[in-house]
Amino acid sequence: MTRRSLILDTTVRLVFDGVLVLSVYLLFAGHNQPGGGFVGGLVAAAALALRYIAGGFDEVRSTLRFRPWTLLSAGLLLAVGTALVPVVFGLAALDHDALEVNVALLGKVKATSATVFDTGVYLVVVGFVLMIFEGLGDDPDDARRDVREEAS
Amino acid sequence: MLPALLILHAVCGAVALAAGRRLGRYAWLAGAVAPAATVLWLGANSSRLADDGGIVSRTEWVPSLGLALDLRLDAFSALMVLLVSGIGVLVYAYAWQYFGASGRSGQAAGLLTLFAGAMLGVVVADNLLVLYLFWELTSVTSYLLIGLDDDDPEARSAAQHALLVTGFGGLTMLGGLVILGQQAGTFRISELLAAPPSGSATTAALVLILVGAFTKSAQYPFHSWLPGAMVAPTPISAYLHSAAMVKAGVYLVARLAPAFADVAVWRPLVLTVGLVTMIAGGLRALRPTDLKQLLAMGTISQLGFLVVLFGIGRPEATAAGCALLLSHGLFKAALFMVVGIVDHETRTRDIDQLPVLGRGWATTRAVAVASAASMAALPPLAGFLAKEKAYAALVEGGTVDRLTLAGIVIGSVLTVAYSLRFGFALVRPDAVSDRRSAREEADHAPGPWFVVPGLVLALGSIVLGLVPALWSGLVDRAANALDPAASAYLELWHGFSAPLVLSLVTLAAGVTLFAVRRVVAGAQERAAFPVTGTRVYEAGVQGTLEVAARVTSVVQSGSLPIYAAVVLSTAALAPVVALATGRWWNGWPDVVGRPAHVPIAAILIAGCVAATVARRRFAAALLLGVVGYGMALFFVVQGAPDLALTQFAIETLSVVAFLLVFRVLPDRFERRTPALRHSLRLAVSATVGVFVMLMAIVASGWRTEPSVSREMSERALPEGDGRNVVNVILVDIRGLDTMGEITVLATAGIGVAALARAGRRPRRSRATRPRPRPAEQEVVAS
Repeated sequence: MTRRSLILDTTVRLVFDGVLVLSVYLLFAGHNQPGGGFVGGLVAAAALALRYIAGGFDEVRSTLRFRPWTLLSAGLLLAVGTALVPVVFGLAALDHDALEVNVALLGKVKATSATVFDTGVYLVVVGFVLMIFEGLGDDPDDARRDVREEAS
Repeated sequence: MLPALLILHAVCGAVALAAGRRLGRYAWLAGAVAPAATVLWLGANSSRLADDGGIVSRTEWVPSLGLALDLRLDAFSALMVLLVSGIGVLVYAYAWQYFGASGRSGQAAGLLTLFAGAMLGVVVADNLLVLYLFWELTSVTSYLLIGLDDDDPEARSAAQHALLVTGFGGLTMLGGLVILGQQAGTFRISELLAAPPSGSATTAALVLILVGAFTKSAQYPFHSWLPGAMVAPTPISAYLHSAAMVKAGVYLVARLAPAFADVAVWRPLVLTVGLVTMIAGGLRALRPTDLKQLLAMGTISQLGFLVVLFGIGRPEATAAGCALLLSHGLFKAALFMVVGIVDHETRTRDIDQLPVLGRGWATTRAVAVASAASMAALPPLAGFLAKEKAYAALVEGGTVDRLTLAGIVIGSVLTVAYSLRFGFALVRPDAVSDRRSAREEADHAPGPWFVVPGLVLALGSIVLGLVPALWSGLVDRAANALDPAASAYLELWHGFSAPLVLSLVTLAAGVTLFAVRRVVAGAQERAAFPVTGTRVYEAGVQGTLEVAARVTSVVQSGSLPIYAAVVLSTAALAPVVALATGRWWNGWPDVVGRPAHVPIAAILIAGCVAATVARRRFAAALLLGVVGYGMALFFVVQGAPDLALTQFAIETLSVVAFLLVFRVLPDRFERRTPALRHSLRLAVSATVGVFVMLMAIVASGWRTEPSVSREMSERALPEGDGRNVVNVILVDIRGLDTMGEITVLATAGIGVAALARAGRRPRRSRATRPRPRPAEQEVVAS
């Protein structure tokens, strides 16, 4: 990518972190309020899409150290792992449990194992969207040239 | 103990395979542990075989499906084990010499051991499905063994031939086994044989099973793979085609015959196939100058003989079959070993090329002559006892038995003739060859240890012939295990009786046939059967490939519009059949209308219409996005914030994804499409649209039960620990669905990336681009 828009660049940098925080908020709030792993993942992916539009795939790569397939498989493993933990204790697969703890300053915090499962979903969704970028994106100039080469 | 022996085979095979390179010829030692242990164990436990039911072992596998690893060793299985493992040990000793320090030792030894294990499994399986499992394992391992020399295209195609034919038979057999098991209500072979089912389904099952047995035992018309399989190294042929694999089919026929021989199709089918195989194989064994091919055709013939004897399902014939099984294993393995020795030392096994086998070859020649004589059923050898038994079994029967006997006598005459050919080829090759030029003396002779395994087998043929008491009991118990009415008492001399006369007639006719061999060969050449099995097989394979190519070119046209049209119209039209045939209208659904819906609906409709008439792709994608956001608004109004949120995010990302794709597509849609194509597209789109709308209305009108959403809402907090019902459904109540969905998502992601990459050319990364070769570079530079 040769030309970059300064305004777009700056705006994306400003917005990016906020959107990511929002996505994580959605993930954790999801069990009681609107949100969840799926939406959270989509929002995070949208943030990365902004990054992509501003600076191409290299920008996304420099932002995120993980490759798409790493996220994809990590998410799947996490979800399946969480699903199987109850089996070890003789319960049905995907049986969830909740844990209430008192954290200083925050007060009572309720954590459920469902959130871990949801995190898996979150990672799979982010990985999936990145996979699409990886597959369809890459360098647009080169892609154009390919089309012209095939046409001629 | 039986499962342990099977595991031992697997372990020894794996060790020989894994450490083959380092072990060299010692891989044969590692492999031989398993069959040797089997023989020793069999010897130590032979007394237990007499117990009712033999040695039984049951290991639960999938108890809920009633699947168990049922193994059972009775006296007949023991006879087979003796062949499989006993001859196996000798073959290993022989292969030790044959392969020497050759690099393929490890591979061959490992595969052979795995094969021996699979074969052991076949003969001790007491469950139809377990039997099938091991049966297919023998097919796979023998495929690898025949194709051992994988640099040789001939070996590869022969291996493929064997695999396709036996694999076809195996699958056919599986169908039969399942039907038979269903009919009998049990898959335990022992229970099934004790109370055999009947009826037309059983008949069909038996025919299917017989097809499997025929392919495995190289019966006509499925015999053609066996001669090709001779490309395998000779120790492997000696094992696979004398003692083991080809006898799997015979084993199955022998097991089933006592219970099912009276089923109407059994005898006509088995006897016809067996006799045709015996005679045709014998005729073809008269022609080849390649000694190994001669033995291959002879083996086919003998297998036909065995199938006839066991298949007839009468106690005396069964007993004769048991005797022939053992004697055939002895002489055929020895003969193969002899051919291997000749091939190994003189680099030819063609009768026309053979040198004079003079000094140092005396033992090899003796082994060959004794074994060939046993094959020709010359008294006083083991083969003679078996054949006498066979004649005696059939001589006093009805018309069918008489006809069968006549066929067997003809087959035996041919056997005598080709046995003579084989014997003369080694002793006086000029007698059976058209070659006129003088032969040289073989420049070296085989080492003594090379001959020992064959010698042991040949001595076996002689000793068992001279002292029938040695194996009379063994054969008797084996036959008895198959058929309680069967008993065998082997005798060298039982008076001047009809069987003896027949034997003498057979021998005399065989010698005569051999004497006039040139006339016979000429006649055979003129009256050659126009269609050979190999050609049928090749035509079959070729035809399948051609049909596949045609079907693929029709189905996989490579045109995305056609794929989309097929998928969409199938999805739209298939349910219409159900709608049209059943009662489908249940009244209008309850429509919840709010004032806010009206403007949203207007936006949706406007977006849709605009998207269809847009000229630019980009505009169309944005308009689709508008429709999506409109849907999200709907969700907001309906009070579904979760859905709305998701819909907004999805819509945003979809537009981005569209943009990515559009960069490689022209900006505008194609201007003019041919009228026909255009109207077709319109028709498909309209069908899908109408169908979706109709489906939505009809399906909504069919709420007959109260909605589950209330129950889910009530249980979400106490059981799911969450107030967001949608999320609790996703991660808890329907968690398994979510897991399936994310798996699909991950798979789709990989698919998208792979598809997109496959359509591209390598670029940018220079490492992936094929570098020009130095020579080309020079050309470019100049």
